[in-house]
Amino acid sequence: MRGIRLGDRLLHIYTWIIIVWLSSPIAVMILFGFNDKKSKSNTSWQGFTLRWYAELFDISDLTVALRNSLVIAAVSTVITVVIGTMLGLALGRHRFRGKGFTNFLVFAAISTPELVMGASLLSLFVSGNVPRDANTIIIAHVLFSVSFVVVTVRARIVTLDPSLEEAARDLGATAWGTFRQVTLPSIMPGVMAGAMLSFALSIDDYVVTSFVNGSTVTFPLWIVGAVKTGIPPQVNVMGTLIFGIGVLIAIGNAVAARRRT
Amino acid sequence: MRRLTPYLLALPSWLWLAIFLVVPMAAMASVSLQTGNAIDGFAMTFSFSNYSDALGRYGTQLARSLVYGGLATVAMLVIGYPVAYWIAFKGGTRKSVYLFLLLLPFFVSFVLRTISWNFLLSDNGILFGTLKGWGLLPADFHVLATTVAVVGGLTYNFLPFMILPIYVSLERVDPRVIEAAQDLYATRAAAFRRVVLPLSLPGVFAGVLMTFVPATADPINAQILGGTANTMIGNIIQTEYLTNLNYPTASALSFTLMAVLLVGIFVYARALGTENVLEAAAR
Amino acid sequence: MNHPMPRSRRDVFRIAGFSAAGLALAACGVQGQKAAPPKADAVKDYWAKQTKHGKVVFANWPEYMPEDQAPLKKFQQATGISYEYKEVIQENAEFFGKADPVLRAGQSLGYDIVVMTNGVQLQHMIDLGYATPLDHSQLPNFAANAGQKYKERAYDPGNKYTVPYTSGVTGIAYNTKYVDEDITSIESLFDPKYKGRVGMMSDAQEIGNFAMFVLGIDPEKSTEADWKKAGEKLKAQRDAGIVRKYYDQSYIDAVAKGDVWLTMAWSGDVFQRQLAGEPVKFVVPEEGGTIWTDNMLIPKGAANPVDALMLMDYLYQPAVATELDEFIQYVTPVPAVQDLLREKARTAEGKDKKALEDMVDSPLMFPTEADYAKLRNYTPLTTKQEQVFNPIFQSVTQA
Repeated sequence: MRGIRLGDRLLHIYTWIIIVWLSSPIAVMILFGFNDKKSKSNTSWQGFTLRWYAELFDISDLTVALRNSLVIAAVSTVITVVIGTMLGLALGRHRFRGKGFTNFLVFAAISTPELVMGASLLSLFVSGNVPRDANTIIIAHVLFSVSFVVVTVRARIVTLDPSLEEAARDLGATAWGTFRQVTLPSIMPGVMAGAMLSFALSIDDYVVTSFVNGSTVTFPLWIVGAVKTGIPPQVNVMGTLIFGIGVLIAIGNAVAARRRT
Repeated sequence: MRRLTPYLLALPSWLWLAIFLVVPMAAMASVSLQTGNAIDGFAMTFSFSNYSDALGRYGTQLARSLVYGGLATVAMLVIGYPVAYWIAFKGGTRKSVYLFLLLLPFFVSFVLRTISWNFLLSDNGILFGTLKGWGLLPADFHVLATTVAVVGGLTYNFLPFMILPIYVSLERVDPRVIEAAQDLYATRAAAFRRVVLPLSLPGVFAGVLMTFVPATADPINAQILGGTANTMIGNIIQTEYLTNLNYPTASALSFTLMAVLLVGIFVYARALGTENVLEAAAR
Repeated sequence: MNHPMPRSRRDVFRIAGFSAAGLALAACGVQGQKAAPPKADAVKDYWAKQTKHGKVVFANWPEYMPEDQAPLKKFQQATGISYEYKEVIQENAEFFGKADPVLRAGQSLGYDIVVMTNGVQLQHMIDLGYATPLDHSQLPNFAANAGQKYKERAYDPGNKYTVPYTSGVTGIAYNTKYVDEDITSIESLFDPKYKGRVGMMSDAQEIGNFAMFVLGIDPEKSTEADWKKAGEKLKAQRDAGIVRKYYDQSYIDAVAKGDVWLTMAWSGDVFQRQLAGEPVKFVVPEEGGTIWTDNMLIPKGAANPVDALMLMDYLYQPAVATELDEFIQYVTPVPAVQDLLREKARTAEGKDKKALEDMVDSPLMFPTEADYAKLRNYTPLTTKQEQVFNPIFQSVTQA
């Protein structure tokens, strides 16, 4: 038993090492949000300042871009999770005609190079005379994230025992009731994982968005454009706030979870 | 009604994919067989030689992409599986917190992450500069602009996409089952191989699908972290499309890439027997 | 599908909108669009019909306008024209990729002025008839204040379609911590003693120009044979392991940190690093350097062309150009700015004074006559030539 405990402890440490590794560039980003830079380039350390926090919203287009990104990511995540979970259920639980082709579609959406997806969506919108704005960005984001939700949810469903649902139905539960009381709770980890993946995919997308955005600018778009002259530290501060709020949510969750037990 | 259920469940995504993916793809397929140039116009000539020409010119980059994508996927599997395992079985009430922390760095723009990596991994920077100062590394040691950097970058950027699906299928496994298995089989390794691993295969399959495919098509890591001989097929498609306005070649390359990936995933699924796992569970 | 469909059928497809057929039309409908050079009368007629609308939409790169947008606000006060300023351009290639299908379909981009670098994409804009010919009778400030160099553009003779917004120079940057000689020649980029420490640019036009300079070829007059020679020269440089990487914008970090010791570089970037105290020097090589320009143009179908012209011209007032250049810190097309900045530096105090003096004295913002004499444009290319030119250099940079 002792060996097992030691193994678990090592894995615990290992998990934290991976988390730290993944976050290490974030540390640099946070640091340079405090850099008292003397020119447009914000790449070498020149002293500490809180100035950029005070001037956080001074670049109005950047502020708008961040807001756009957050709204677009939230909306497209909700749509993606709902329709992706539905398809995941269909593929993981049911047999139906066209299943093979649907599997193929799901695969195709993941394997389409971003540039090709963006360019072909744009020509679709142009030929349909659809104006490009936040709506077309959301359409595109749902398109490239939905497969990730489908695949994640399906990976969960195929490990579940369908007999539980059958039992619920035999006991007289309605289809919707069975779904809400039995199916949904058991697939929830997959749904949540899919939601987090699609949020990350949306808020960080550059290539596809750059084709279908019209004149709506998102956070990554603005940053890529600013690379030419130097990214202002406000960008780092905004990244820091996104990260910081995320960490607070995580801590809040952890504390709440501890209370519950 | 029950017969209709799967169709109703599939319908919204199906419509979305059909309208916004299949229709443009059909157009792209047509473009891939045209000849001409952007200024004088393109004409449909059913020029299948677009494919053989593109493959002849860029076969190296395509093969290289598959190798890099494959290496990165193996690395992600090796690095990610233990993390998913630990969170699923020992994460307790904080499972979702750990997952969230793993994904959080990817909520800020890749541009910022990249700039930071370039800062951290610079030849004489905070990491290697210090090690070189201590004499632990030769003076001309570098990671940036090498194959290692590209594969490492791919591994870094797609790792959560490997961990999450594996976690999702492992989390389902009752820890008591493992304890029982450990009692049953002599060693922990045997218990893992006979019980845990098979149960996690759907997650592994999903993870590999979600990482190998986008990693192979990725242009960004090679562009930022690579040297003079690390160009991947994603970079070529980008150049052909955006710089050369050679839409037929770009389309032909994209289709070739997708076809190769599809075959690869199919072969892999067969080898793993995942298809059977999926089918059996779906019954 | 080179035959345009009859009008009525096309409308049916447009109504069908999302139908596969509608899209196939769009896909095949990349018909010949080569624009005939506009007849002088047609241009005159076009402008005679346009009137001032009191608004203008300006699409630009981020960080290309002071954050308080003062120059635009003053323009609004002076002319009564209200403006919308949008930082929507991130990359020339992607911007063109996005604009092409829209303009091809005869729709409007929704912008009255866009800013693009002279290069492949701008050439395509002009060749495809996506740029509105300018009415120079409405650009008196440009005529009076733009430097002579900025009126002789190989890519747009006579400024028929474009006027410069800001310029920069491609030369060599080197890190003085690692390079202890004075770099003056492009030969140094080919010197085996800097093996693995040289950065080159991945852009075909940029790298092509430098290889031609070192071979003694004037890119503005170069031929296909010259390009091939240049390609061979670059291939040898790569195969000898001299080049570390073919860079995009990220070269500047690499040279400032010493990952590469010397590299092809853009003047504006190096100037920013010098202000930040980083050990980088910039030189226009003796063999020649490249001058590139970000240009304003009025895209086809713009709603407010007259207002756009007025704004373009307004930016050529020396006082306005000074304000812009003080923020952008690249090379301004208005030479009078240097004196105005010098004047401003004289009356300024403290930190501002130092910054202004740095700008006035910097050959990176105000190249000398000797520098200008060495500067060339990108190689001018027709579409046919481009299909030869690009692969020669891409086969080097994208192996």
